[in-house]
Amino acid sequence: MIRLLLLLLLAGPAAAEEVVLGLSRDEVSITATFDGSEILFYGAVKREEPIPEDADLEVIVTVEGPSEPLTVRRKDRVAGIWINRAAMRMDLAPSFYAVATTGPLREVISHTEELRHNVTIPQSIRAVGEVEGVDDPEAFRQALIRIRAEDGLYQMLEGEVTLEEETLFYTRVELPANLTEGLYGVRIFLTRDREVIDVYRGEIEVQKVGLERFLFKLAQEQPLVYGLLSIVIAIAAGWGASAVFRALQS
Amino acid sequence: MTIYLPIAEVSVNAFLLLGIGGVVGLLSGLFGVGGGFLITPLLFFVGIPPAVAVATSANQIVASSVSAVLAHFRRRNVDLRMGTVLMAGGLAGSTVGVWGFAILREMGQVDLFVSLCYVVFLGSVGALMFVESLNALRRASKPGAKVTRRRHGLAHTLPFKMKFRVSGLYISVIPPVLVGFSVGILSAVMGVGGGFIMVPAMIYLLHMPTKVVVGTSLFQIIFVTAYTTLLHATTNQTVDMMLAVILLLGGVVGAQLGTRMGARMRAEQLRILLAILVLAVCGKLAADLLIEPAELYSIDEQGVG
Repeated sequence: MIRLLLLLLLAGPAAAEEVVLGLSRDEVSITATFDGSEILFYGAVKREEPIPEDADLEVIVTVEGPSEPLTVRRKDRVAGIWINRAAMRMDLAPSFYAVATTGPLREVISHTEELRHNVTIPQSIRAVGEVEGVDDPEAFRQALIRIRAEDGLYQMLEGEVTLEEETLFYTRVELPANLTEGLYGVRIFLTRDREVIDVYRGEIEVQKVGLERFLFKLAQEQPLVYGLLSIVIAIAAGWGASAVFRALQS
Repeated sequence: MTIYLPIAEVSVNAFLLLGIGGVVGLLSGLFGVGGGFLITPLLFFVGIPPAVAVATSANQIVASSVSAVLAHFRRRNVDLRMGTVLMAGGLAGSTVGVWGFAILREMGQVDLFVSLCYVVFLGSVGALMFVESLNALRRASKPGAKVTRRRHGLAHTLPFKMKFRVSGLYISVIPPVLVGFSVGILSAVMGVGGGFIMVPAMIYLLHMPTKVVVGTSLFQIIFVTAYTTLLHATTNQTVDMMLAVILLLGGVVGAQLGTRMGARMRAEQLRILLAILVLAVCGKLAADLLIEPAELYSIDEQGVG
């Protein structure tokens, strides 16, 4: 009897509600005609108790692409010409990041919880050190987010998750055409009263296939062969066109 | 119809790329320029990363130049000996240029330097050609006026003289090697074939007959751009074969049409058209440097480390 109670306590409130997720696809293949993709996330909340009455259930879905280091540069006017002056290095910045929620972010999750779980875009960009010489690192960080948001690489989708009967939820995330290859991490947060009560993690694999994969691998692994092949193709095409035109003329 | 480019990692409308290739090929056949000075900015414009645009346009120039030079060969408008001398200088220049390019890239000033090069070279070459062609047209319209050309210059007094039969010249090899070398540097740094510098340099510095200038320039561009393509492919992996193939499909067709059109036009008219085009591209690039950009920040994914 005591053991049973202990188990219940350990299981605690965190496990009272759990995510069961389905993905429309867990693989994205980049082919020659790839023009972006859409992923549908649908899931259900599993619970063994009646729905708590005190606070509404909220859902947050995040999708994060592979992180890479990069440099953000700012132009300044020097002698009438706009040139790159200040630069700031970001140690890690996700190549893709989407956050979808059931409502306005601050109503769904508290600031502390947001920080703890690295939920939003600014938290997933890391710039450790390397800020000397830059007067306002925050402006650089904002610029990175702004530029990537314009390219559809960083998305803030507040209110885009539909939750029905506090049990079934779904949302869709558009992946743009300029995707980086790799494993994309998916996280689903369940929150109540702006506190995270469950996290689900999954992965989506994005990779080039077919001719795209062949060319990409050849360029990376056999650059000399690749370079020679491009030149041979170019010469053959030039020669061929010339021959065809001559044949047409005579 | 959009197509995904494996190295550039973007998807672009295939017909747009075919069109760009076609227009540039036309210019290549018409003027004997590789068209890189036009294709590279156009590729930036449709969203291809600059490093890929520069490397791939070199590859596409190889194709359109081969296509165009064959037509010139048949009309015996290629000075092979002069082409080889220019090429020797060009390959050396290209090697130096790629080395300089790497240093600039580390400093994050490639864009600026490339733009400045374009503005300075296109501006001065364009203006020079424009004035010259206007004068030539005016002289040609006056009956009895004779075109006079300086037959003796530095090229005649320097040592290592060589006979260039097709061009009808007997000059020192030093000026052509130097011309080839400087154009080679520019071609690597600016991602162009260098025809727009080479053509006027051959006319005004080496005093070659206009008739053989285009073919000879194309001949030497093939080798320098092929070499540049290889360097970019091995050092940066930025040559996009898919992009190159689409561009050159449009390009080779355009080049053939251009060569045929060129054969029916007068040299002065050709030169004035090229001058206007060169000045237009120069003006656009100068405006970009002087007008405050809408986005002051830029993301550099390669310039790390």
